[in-house]
This record gives sequence, C-alpha cells and structure tokens, in this order.
Amino acid sequence: MKYLALIYSAQDAGPQPNTPEFGQLMGGYQAAGKKYAEDGVMLAGEALQPVETATSIRIRDGKAELMDGPFAETKEQLGGFYLFECDTLDDAIKYAKMIPTAEYGTVEVRPIMTFD
Amino acid sequence: MTAAPDAVHTAIDYTLRQDRGRLIAALTAAIGDFELAEECLQDAIEAALEKWPGSGIPKSRRGWLLQVARRKALDRFRRAKNLKEKSAQIAVLEQAEADAPANTHDIPDHRLRLIFTCCHPALDEKTRVALTLRTLGGLTTEEIARAFLDKPATMGQRLARARSKISKAGIPFEIPDGEALEERINSVLSVIYLIFNEGYAASSGDTPIRIDLCEEAIFLARLMVQLCPDAPEVAGLLALILLTHSRNKARYRDGAYVPLNEQNRDLWDHKRIAEGQSILEAAMKRGQVGPYQLQAAITALHCEAASANGTDWPQIAALYRLMEQIAPSDIVRLNLAVAVSYAEGAEEALELMEPLARSLGKYQPYFAAKADMLRRAGQFGQARVAYESALALTTSQADRSFLHDRLAVVNDLPKKRPS
Repeated sequence: MKYLALIYSAQDAGPQPNTPEFGQLMGGYQAAGKKYAEDGVMLAGEALQPVETATSIRIRDGKAELMDGPFAETKEQLGGFYLFECDTLDDAIKYAKMIPTAEYGTVEVRPIMTFD
Repeated sequence: MTAAPDAVHTAIDYTLRQDRGRLIAALTAAIGDFELAEECLQDAIEAALEKWPGSGIPKSRRGWLLQVARRKALDRFRRAKNLKEKSAQIAVLEQAEADAPANTHDIPDHRLRLIFTCCHPALDEKTRVALTLRTLGGLTTEEIARAFLDKPATMGQRLARARSKISKAGIPFEIPDGEALEERINSVLSVIYLIFNEGYAASSGDTPIRIDLCEEAIFLARLMVQLCPDAPEVAGLLALILLTHSRNKARYRDGAYVPLNEQNRDLWDHKRIAEGQSILEAAMKRGQVGPYQLQAAITALHCEAASANGTDWPQIAALYRLMEQIAPSDIVRLNLAVAVSYAEGAEEALELMEPLARSLGKYQPYFAAKADMLRRAGQFGQARVAYESALALTTSQADRSFLHDRLAVVNDLPKKRPS
C-alpha cells in the first residue's frame, strides 16, 4: 500500500535556520532519508516553501478565483511530505516516526486510495 | 428435521456470543480483510435464519457459519472486477473449502491477531473498547451502546468507521514482533482494564455496578492469558480484576458507596480472591514486575486482611513506592499518600498531598481522600471544605450519599478537636 506522510508544524516552533539545532534537524532528515533509501520504501519526499508563497484556487460558476495564501489559516502548516510504499500501517508509522519534525510538530499518515 | 424460529434465534445468539471472535478471526485470516469478514459473517447469519427453521439446527453451528461465510466471500471475489488481484485469496478459500468437511469443529484460533487489530493504537480509545467488546466479546451493538449510554445508531457508526479504517488504512492483522509486542500487549491490557473500570466505577447512571462489563473484562483477560501465557503482566491484569471484582457485593449498601474499611468482608467472593492470588503468585515468580502485578499485589493485601485494622499498610505503602518508581504518576502518589495515612499517620500523608494540589485540583478522589485525612487529623474545619469540594466534583449518586453522610458527621463536630 501507499501512504502519504504529511508534515505539519508551526513556523515559530522547532529549530530556526542558522542555528546549530537547525543543522541537527537537517541531519535528522538526512539520516531518515538514508534509511528510507536502504529499505526501499520512499517513492517521493519533498519540502515545501513557506505558506506565504501559497496560492489557493477555487472555480465557482466556471470562474477561477485565486486567493493569496493557504486554504486553511491554521497555526500548524503543511511543510512537506513523504510518499511511502509499505505493507501495513504499522510499517508506515515506523517510518513516519523517523521524521524529525514529529518531535515538535505533527506528522499525519494517510493511506492512498486505490480504485479497483 | 425442523426447528422453531425462536430456537433458531437462541442458537444463533448463543453461538455468536461464544464464537464470534473465533469466526471473525478465522475469516479475516482467510479473506485478508476484516471489514469484508464482518460482512460475510453477517450474510451467513442471515442464511442461517432462513435455512435452519427448515433444515434443523446443525450440529456444529460455528462450522456451518464459517463455511457459509467463506462461500459468500468466494462469491464476492469471483464477481469482483479485479479478479486477478483476488486470485491468491480465492485459492486460499478454495483450499479451505476442500480441506474442511461441512461440520468441522476445528477452527484455527486467530483471536490473538484479531485482538491486536481491535486494540490498535491508531484507533480512538473508545473505538478500541467498543470494537473489542463487539468482536471478541460478541456483545451486540445495542448492548455496547447501552453500556456507554450512547444511541445504538451512533455506536453502529463508530464501529462501521473503525472497520472501514482497519481495511482502508491497512491496520495489520498480525501479532506484532520484537519491541512493538510489549507496547501492543499494553494497549490490549489497557482496553480490557478500561472495560472493567467502566463496569466497576460506572461514573454515571443509577446502577452502581454494571456487572456485565466486569464479567466481559474477566472473559477477555482470561482469553489473553490463554493466548499469551508467557507475559506476566497479562496474568497480573487478570489477577487484579478478579481480586478487585471479588469485593463488588460489599461496595454498595442501599445505593450508597461503602468504603473498603467499612465493607462486610463476608460478602467478598473468596473463591475469586483465591484464584486471583494464585494467578498473581505464579506471575510474580517470573521476576518481571510491572504496574498490573503491583496493583494486583496491593489489592491482594487488602483481600487477605481479616479486618480493616488488620491491613498490612506498611507493605501496601512500600508497593506504591515501587510503583512510583516504575510507573510514576500523580494518581500513584495520591494512593501512596492514602497508604501512608494508615501506615504512619494522617499528618505525614497530608504533607505528601500538598504537591498534588495543582495537578489533581479537579479530581474528585483527591478531595475525598484529603477530607478523610483532615477529619482523622482532627482538622474538622478544613475537612468540611474538602468534603464540599469533593461533593461538587461527584457525578454518581452513590458517592454523593457517602460524602453527604461524612460531611454531616464533620458538621456536628467543633472546627478543631479540643486538645
């Protein structure tokens, strides 16, 4: 099965860029990425630009409305994701736990829908 | 051979009560899908309701239900669009069909896998409890709804959502391995203990003890002991609930709660106490002590005392101190303080209560215990305040009656014991 791990955190939470802690955080991501590659479970994984760069789109009455900003104004924002290929939810959770942001943010694991 | 519709209903209800867990587990193992296993068993039950009045009740009811449910699954798989993907499961089911003559008694026992699925930490706690009662305990959705004061429709939706999540999210049907096993056993034990406490404490409603849920928890704990004979904490939980439950007849008198030290000990179930003690002893011999075994040991000391005055409080306090080391919590510290109040004195205990005031400031048992200590220390004015705080936090009528009586006693006394 495929699972998407969505990584959420508040912008002011956790290590900030240009601090030694931030270096550790990045190291954590590298270590996780290495493990994912070894176990062959990662189909994709990306970090996103901050929410200020987001554009939200709605089409109403055939007309596209664009909004400057994210869909939901919440404190914890989507910052990145991994797409895993795992046999069970337990395995997906095992790999999601290795995402360093889980230490101060939240990682949501969702199965990918299959259409038969 | 025919059977009266009433007899058919009774036979089906009885079979499901006994064997629902075994049937669902065997079907899930064969089909690979918990949600579909439920649906196919439901189909088989409907077939039984239709057929048995005419054909008579078969000798092996669960064998009949399993076979029919398997056939229903086969039908569904053969009709499925993605026949290729289902071919492995079709082969498994066809093999099972070939191996099993109509009335087999041998259903492989996959209930341990099923209990780990139902108590999976990715499910909400209340859902784990409901799903375990439904699937392993064989209670009906209506019975579970009643036990939790929910509407049957609401409970039905909760169960349906859970089954759907198990299938769609890939919650595994397997015995966890390695380090995960202990954690997952604990998840199962906490579900069983929650079921027991829900029945025992009955935090709301007029019937103080909901025996059914207690018996249900005992059934499930026995099942876990049978399935995990080498895990001492599993035995510890069974011992704990047997020992606790042995006092249930003495806990209420005329609808009012009776505290342990005032209970009529002749009303305790001494057979259950003996059973709990021997299970606990065997578990403790393994030398892997854990919170359930410790709590059981404490409960056993209460049960062994011939009278309240004969209770070995120093030993109980020592066990709570050990508990504070291996599973620290403010609830454990509260219980330690209560033990100290009897082992050493109310003043010593009140000192231990001080640091808990903030975190347990909305916890009824904290104030009830504090009020009792203050009363025994002769500080009646402060005891009164604490009784009133406890009353304000009490939801059950039985606890309310008890606290009112105590408050009335303290109200008749001067503010401080005359020296």
